[in-house]
Amino acid sequence: MRLVDIQDLAVRVGGNMALQDVSLKIDSGEIITIVGPNGSGKSTLLRVIIGALKHTSGKVRKSANLRIGYVPQRLHIDPTMPMPVDRFLGLPHRVNTAQTAQALEKAGVPELAASQMSRLSGGQFQRVLLARALLNKPDLLILDEATQGLDQPGSASFYRQIEDVRQQLGCAVLMVSHDLHVVMSASDRVICLNGHVCCEGEPEHVASAPEYRALFGEGTKGALALYRHHHSHTHDHDTQGDS
Amino acid sequence: MLDDFMVRAALAGLGVAIAAAPLGCFVVWRRMAYFGDATAHAAILGVAISLTLSISVFAGVLGVALLMALTISTFSGRGYAMDTLLGVLAHSALAFGLVAVSFLSGIRIDLMAYLFGDILAVTTADLAVIWGGAILVLVLIGSRWSALLAATLNSDLAYASGIDPKREKLVLTISLAIVVAVAIKVVGVLLIAAMLIIPAATARPFSRTPEAMAVIASLIGGVSALGGLRTAYYFDTPTGPTIVCLAAIFFALSAVVSAARAPK
Repeated sequence: MRLVDIQDLAVRVGGNMALQDVSLKIDSGEIITIVGPNGSGKSTLLRVIIGALKHTSGKVRKSANLRIGYVPQRLHIDPTMPMPVDRFLGLPHRVNTAQTAQALEKAGVPELAASQMSRLSGGQFQRVLLARALLNKPDLLILDEATQGLDQPGSASFYRQIEDVRQQLGCAVLMVSHDLHVVMSASDRVICLNGHVCCEGEPEHVASAPEYRALFGEGTKGALALYRHHHSHTHDHDTQGDS
Repeated sequence: MLDDFMVRAALAGLGVAIAAAPLGCFVVWRRMAYFGDATAHAAILGVAISLTLSISVFAGVLGVALLMALTISTFSGRGYAMDTLLGVLAHSALAFGLVAVSFLSGIRIDLMAYLFGDILAVTTADLAVIWGGAILVLVLIGSRWSALLAATLNSDLAYASGIDPKREKLVLTISLAIVVAVAIKVVGVLLIAAMLIIPAATARPFSRTPEAMAVIASLIGGVSALGGLRTAYYFDTPTGPTIVCLAAIFFALSAVVSAARAPK
């Protein structure tokens, strides 16, 4: 089933074109990863999909009653607000204790229900955000650089959790990631973004695409560090992969 | 019963305290303390306008407070730092208000009553307005409680749950204007922000959830109002400031207790 269908999307943010000519389809059950340098519009695209940002032109169609689970990049909870994990999971829709326990279990942190959000470590915090996103029984799980600030083993285990969740719930996953090695192993489809779609397709296809190499260098399947990049190359948009 | 001015004063104080406390929690969580102050200061301009046009003070203050709150919301994030913007607007509104009041020749108005409140002069009609406003604010906030919390936590998280954080912010802005308008008679323009912030800040160390914080803040606000009224009666001190003093003492106690409990 088609969950999201985006055509010729353009988004202007504060006078600059953040995105242009972006087309993207998301079907149920697939894992799509968006890669791209800083400022390439990755978060902007996600924010358009969750409805936080209006697009300037193009079409964004979502299936009726699409349930989205969203895990933001960072979330600061002001210490002036008391917020235990179990209450946080019930925002904005109240859930019962059993549902809370189940979601925390799925996210791999069953022991945290009574903890205050402001006391959690970075890894625990991200897993609680994941648990909250799962409570909604999402058709589409959206993660915006969800492993930022986690160490290598931490983010690897977080992504294994995502894979488990996908298999249990059958939801589609759309994520932005800087962990290129994860991208290459875990995704069905990779979209390389830099204000527009540079290239997209299966991970192997993208990894060997000249557009991708221009962005991320010749590293072995992109497993090396992300190169800072200014878009100076040109390429033929007609060669965009489709799948 | 309502014939007794002390009973009317007690009911007025309770009404304001109960409406101000949950709203005050949001003011604290969203770091809008100055915002509350600015809206309250604008109220004196509302008083001047009401007396000039011979309309009810409540309506005039509500209108100006609402206008002020909306102006701040609109201009924030457009090139001025929030504290600068509030500093400019709050004090200019107060200054314009004071100047406007001085033009009102013929009517002798007791400025002190509006600056510091005059809870002992609350009439039965005032009481109806205060409780009407208080209940309206409680219903507004109570019915949207979860959405307001989600919008306060993170705007993107709210959008993803189908909540428009701008609409929730507007709900808080309108509630704030209503509380200012009903509280002016009780604690006065200069001390309204205290009734919003002090009970909420006092409740924080004893609250595990946001709901608990709102309830405890209401209790503290209520006790401060009633206790302040009684204390002012015994010591013959101005009532509004005495209520705020009592709340401040509770805050100090709360801070001491929470410091003593904190793990070393």
